[in-house]
Amino acid sequence: MTPAPTSQAQARLVGRLMAGAALLAAVTAFPLFAGNYPVKLLQEILIWGIFAMSLDLLMGYAGMVSFGHSAFFGVGGYVAALLLAKSPGLFTGLVVPAAASALVALVIGLFSTRVSGVYFIMLTLAFSQMFYAITFQASWLGAEDGIVGVPRPSPLGLDLGPPMRFHLYLVILVALAALALARVVRSPFGRVLRGIHDNEGRMEAVGYAVARYKLIAFVVAGTIAGLSGALYVQLVGSITPDAFLWTTSGEALLMVIIGGTGTLGGAVLGAAAFILLQSLVSSYTERWMLILGLTFILFVLFAPGGIVGALRGRVGLRA
Amino acid sequence: MTPPAPLLAIDGLSRRFGALAALNGVSLTLLPRERRAVIGPNGAGKTTLFNVITGQLVPSAGRVVFAGQSLVGLPPYAVARRGISRSFQRTNLFPRLTVIENLRLAAGADGRGSYNLLGRGAVRRGAQLARAAEAAEAVDLTARLGDVAGSLSYGEQRQLEVGVALATRPALVLLDEPTAGMSPEETERMTRMLEGLPREVTLLIIEHDMDVVASLADRVTVLHYGEVLTEGTFDEVKADPRVYDVYLGAA
Repeated sequence: MTPAPTSQAQARLVGRLMAGAALLAAVTAFPLFAGNYPVKLLQEILIWGIFAMSLDLLMGYAGMVSFGHSAFFGVGGYVAALLLAKSPGLFTGLVVPAAASALVALVIGLFSTRVSGVYFIMLTLAFSQMFYAITFQASWLGAEDGIVGVPRPSPLGLDLGPPMRFHLYLVILVALAALALARVVRSPFGRVLRGIHDNEGRMEAVGYAVARYKLIAFVVAGTIAGLSGALYVQLVGSITPDAFLWTTSGEALLMVIIGGTGTLGGAVLGAAAFILLQSLVSSYTERWMLILGLTFILFVLFAPGGIVGALRGRVGLRA
Repeated sequence: MTPPAPLLAIDGLSRRFGALAALNGVSLTLLPRERRAVIGPNGAGKTTLFNVITGQLVPSAGRVVFAGQSLVGLPPYAVARRGISRSFQRTNLFPRLTVIENLRLAAGADGRGSYNLLGRGAVRRGAQLARAAEAAEAVDLTARLGDVAGSLSYGEQRQLEVGVALATRPALVLLDEPTAGMSPEETERMTRMLEGLPREVTLLIIEHDMDVVASLADRVTVLHYGEVLTEGTFDEVKADPRVYDVYLGAA
């Protein structure tokens, strides 16, 4: 074992902190020098970024490939849409939607974490499609048209109408969610998840109640996904049953893979790549799905570690 | 003087797979500090016995009592938390994690600290690392702590396999063929390592190598077709003609 000298490790930490601060400052100040459309793209990237990060907690750290992550995004979005129309506060716009998603994740997780592999994929997919079917039929949720004209919350009486205010609100919440997830993967609990990913049977044999850890990870990921759904509704002002559709889960899955599974930060890069590519290509051709698909194939073939994996290989970037 | 209470008492244990009785009324008593070898030809039910004790398999009949409490029906993690750990015949490690991380996961399995989602575990980190380092020393891997388990040589992986079982600080360790597939030199190293373990750790070991059994075991239990054929010291068992018949297939 050759531990890095402390001064070198400290220098790296300082470097990373400064890079993080610079990135945060750039993201925060972005609306000052960019137009409406780029700002909206950035905001979408931020929201999808934490959604993809929460999926990466399951996929990259616990080794649970879920194809039903849209369920929590949708529940968070719908609950926020319903409640914000009644009372536009933080409690109705964020706390209750996230709690509702956590509860739904607990119920779905109780069933689906009992199985693994393909069965886990199928069960999570089935649950999310069930939500799609229900919202598509439910007239009190606007059926297939969904809920439109959702007002933004006024946290502590502060009006989020001005674009810069909403942007700040969004950046703060996304940063908090990202920090929380980063903390979780480095916690003792996160270490257990990595052990489960590597060898579930041995974890059980040395004394870990594997099913319980998986369920907790599922609920944490569902809560953050619900938060991202609630923020998304506040960004675009509407939500339709499509939020629950398997394509929502699939897109998050692609973002995680493009960015690099098991890296958290990669999920945000993946979200950025996906959304920018989508907006760029779709302005030239209707067939943007084709281009996106090809890009994805190229990534899987030539950069299986995703963007982060490729960066680590080329520039020697460390974890 | 009354004999000490047994650490592990197995009574009339059976496990059937359809028509096959992999275990058929096995009884076995282990005293604290004892080192017991379980031998027998392939298919005698040795690994099945381990799987039933540790909760991987539910017995069809019989009792398993550890330190006065029944283990039947407990899931593997709960058995492990009672103080029984095991190594596996086929190496069963965390191949992408480092040696120290392999051991540390095992060392941290008993506490509730592992449910800590946001902390850095600094409070328990010291104790865990100490236990992990202790286990690494017991299996002679102190020089490889920072290496990824999957990159170790086969012999070293077998050492780590035992190390992970020891890092939970068990009262009883079940070792399933720790020397399986090892060269004579590696086997001798492993034997010396096992001999050097503290006496407080009671051992139940499945082993095919009779030299290992002879130098390690206080007593030997011979399994044959899921039943106990005989039990005694190594010399007693060695002198039993039935044991020869079983191993050599003589009529």
